[in-house]
Amino acid sequence: MDFGIFAVLAQDGITNGAVYALLAMALVLVFSVTRIIFLPQGEFIGFGALTVAALQSGQFPRLVWMLMAVGVLTFLVEIGSALRQRRYKPLPRRHLMWSGIENLAYPTLVWVLARGLEWQGMPMVVQILFTLGITVPLGIMLYRVAFQPMAEASVLVLLIVAVGVHFAMLGMGLFIFGPEGSTTQAFTDWSAEIGALLVSGQSVVVLGVSACLIALLYLFFDRSLYGKALRATAVNRKGAQLVGIGTTQAGRMAFGLAAALGTLAGTLIAPLNTVGYDTGFVVALKGFVAAIVGGLASYPLAAAGAVLVGLLESYSSFWASAYKEVIVFTLIIPVLAWRSLVSGHGDEE
Amino acid sequence: MNRRQLLTGMSAAFVLAFGGVSLAQAQTVTIGVSVSSTGPAASLGISQKNTIELLPKTLGGLPVNYVVLDDASDPTQAGKNARRFADADKVDAIIASTTVPTSLAVAEVASEARIPQIALAPFAPKAIQWVFPLPHGIGVMSSVLFEEMKKRDTKTIAFIGFSDAYGEAWLKDVEKRAEQNGIKLVAVERYARTDQSVTAQALKLTAQKPDAVFIAASGTPAALPMRALRERGFKGQFYQTHGAANNDFLRVAGNTDEGLVLPTGLVLVAEQLQDSNPSKKVALSYLKAYEGKHGAGSRNPFGAYAQDAYLLLDKAVATVGKKAAPGTPEFRAALRDALEKTKDLPLTHGLNTMSATDHSGLGDGARVLITIEKDSWKLLK
Repeated sequence: MDFGIFAVLAQDGITNGAVYALLAMALVLVFSVTRIIFLPQGEFIGFGALTVAALQSGQFPRLVWMLMAVGVLTFLVEIGSALRQRRYKPLPRRHLMWSGIENLAYPTLVWVLARGLEWQGMPMVVQILFTLGITVPLGIMLYRVAFQPMAEASVLVLLIVAVGVHFAMLGMGLFIFGPEGSTTQAFTDWSAEIGALLVSGQSVVVLGVSACLIALLYLFFDRSLYGKALRATAVNRKGAQLVGIGTTQAGRMAFGLAAALGTLAGTLIAPLNTVGYDTGFVVALKGFVAAIVGGLASYPLAAAGAVLVGLLESYSSFWASAYKEVIVFTLIIPVLAWRSLVSGHGDEE
Repeated sequence: MNRRQLLTGMSAAFVLAFGGVSLAQAQTVTIGVSVSSTGPAASLGISQKNTIELLPKTLGGLPVNYVVLDDASDPTQAGKNARRFADADKVDAIIASTTVPTSLAVAEVASEARIPQIALAPFAPKAIQWVFPLPHGIGVMSSVLFEEMKKRDTKTIAFIGFSDAYGEAWLKDVEKRAEQNGIKLVAVERYARTDQSVTAQALKLTAQKPDAVFIAASGTPAALPMRALRERGFKGQFYQTHGAANNDFLRVAGNTDEGLVLPTGLVLVAEQLQDSNPSKKVALSYLKAYEGKHGAGSRNPFGAYAQDAYLLLDKAVATVGKKAAPGTPEFRAALRDALEKTKDLPLTHGLNTMSATDHSGLGDGARVLITIEKDSWKLLK
C-alpha cells in the first residue's frame, strides 16, 4: 500500500465516518434523554433521501400521506388520553386545540405546499428544508404515539417497542416508496487534486455539514436553555421533573432532533449511492456501534467512534472485502468488554 | 299447483343449481403462489405478484383459482405457506418462490406432499422429481458471457460480487470457466448490498489493470462498483449478470453503463427479436398486458418468470385435464409428468425443453447477450 492509496482510503473512511457520526449523535441524544434505543433511526435516512429524490424528479413526495395519516392517529391518541383523564381534570381544550393545529392543520398545509409548488427546479437546500418539514414532525408524532404513554417503562420494554416501530416503519416505507432505491443530484461537481489525492466536493460537503451540525449541537446543549433542560433530563429524569422541566417536552425535542439528523444523513449519502427504503438500517447500526464506543452517553467519544468505524470499514474493505461487515461489527465486543471493566455497574437501573 | 308445491319445486331447482356449481368447483384447478412481495427480495417479488394478478381465469381450459401469499423473503414463512397449500388448500401445483432460500423451503414440502412446484429462482434441488426451478442456471448464462470475452480477446478479468450466496455461486463458476478459457482472474473482491462505498475495492481492482471487470450483483446496488471504478479511471469493459437486468438499474447507473454486456432472457428485448422467433409473439403479448397496467418500461425478467410458470402449467394442464380430476394425487402426478415432457414450448424468455435431468428447460435458445446504448437495452448481434 503506497501513500496514495492510504490517503484515498482515509478520505473515504472519514467521509463515511462523518455520516455515522450524525447517526451516533442522534442515538446518544435519544437514549440519554428518553432511555430509548432508537432503532427506527435508520428509517429516516431512507425516508429523507427518497423524499428529496422524489422532489427532484418532479414526483409528489408520498411521505406527506404518511405524515397526514400519522397526524390523524396522533390526534386520536391525544383525544383518547384526554377523555380517560376527564374524571380527574377538566378537558384540556387549549392543549387539544394546539394538538389539532400540529397534527391535522400542519400536515394539510404541507400537502398543499407539496401539491401547489413546482419543486423540481428548486435549489437543493430548499428541497432538503421541505423534507425536514415532513420528517421532523413525523419523529415527534412517533414519540407521542408509541413512546410517550410508556415513558416510565424499563429500557428493555422501550427497546422492544422500538423494534416494533422499526418494523412498522419499514413496512410503510416499502408501501410508500416501493422496493427500488434512488439517487439524488450531486451537491457539487467540484473536485481538486492535492498531491496524489483527488478531493471531491461531495466529501467536502459531507464533512463540512457534519462538522457544522456537531458544533451546532454543542452550542445548543451548552448555551441554550432548552439544551440545558435536555441535558438535565439526561442526567437525572426524576430530578429534572422536580425542578419543573417537562420530560415530555424533552422527549419530543429529542425525537425531532433525531429525525432531523437521520434525514440529513440520508440526504448526504444519497448523491453518492443508491438509497432504498431499507438501506438505512445497516447504516444506522454502524452509527450504533459508534454510539456504543461512546457508552451511549458521550458525544465526543461517539463522534470519535464514528470516525473509527468509518476508517475500519474503509481499510478492511481494502484488505479483506469479504469480511468487512464482520470486522466492523466485531468491534463492538472488545469495546463492550473494555467498558464493562472500566465503568462497573454505575447505571441508574 | 298450490303454493307449497311451487316452493318445493323452487327449492329443488335451487339445490340442483347449487349442486351444479359445486360440481363445477370440483373441476377447478387450484394453484398455490408464494412470492416475496415484501422484505429484501421485494423488488423481484412485487413484479411477480403483479404478473400473477394479470393471468386469465382459466388454465389449460379449466377454471383456475390462484391462492396468492406473501412469504416476506423469509424461508420459514415460505415453508409455512407451502404447508398451507398442501394441507388446507389442496393445491394441484405450486409456483414459489422468489429467492433461492425461500424456494428451497417450499421444495421440501412439495417433494414430501408430492405436488409439482415451479420455482422462480435458480437452484439445484436435492430431490429433483417434483421441483422445477425455471430460471436460467448460472452455467447457461456464464457460458455465453465467456464466449463473448473470448471473441473480444480478453486476457485478464477482475471479479467483484455480493458477499452472499449469489456472488459466491457466480465466483465458483467464473473461476472454473476463466481457467477453461485461458483467461486470467487477477483480483477477487466482495461488497454488500447496503454498502455506501466500494472505493477501497475499486482501488484494489484497478491496481491489477484487468482488461475487463465482472460484476456479480443484482438490482440497483449492481451499479455501485461501475461508478466507483470509472471514478478511479478504469476504462475497460464491464460484464454484469442477469441479476442487473431491470430498468431501475439503468436509471441509477447513469452514464457509466454504456457498452456494458450482460446475458438475459429474450423478454427484455422482445421488440428487437426477429419475427421468426416463436417467443416474440408470446413475449410481446405479455409485455402489452404488463406495461399496459404498470406503465411503459416497467418490464423486468423476474415478473416474466411468473408468466412462464403459467405458460408451462397451461400447456401441462391442457394435456392432463381429461385424464384425471383436479385435486387428486393422480392429477398431480400426471401434471408432473406432463411438465417434464415439455418440448420446444415458446415462453417469454425463450424456448423451453425439459427432461428428466433438466428441470429448468431454459437453455441456449432462451438467452441472449444485451448491451446498453444511450440508456436503453440493445440486443447484441
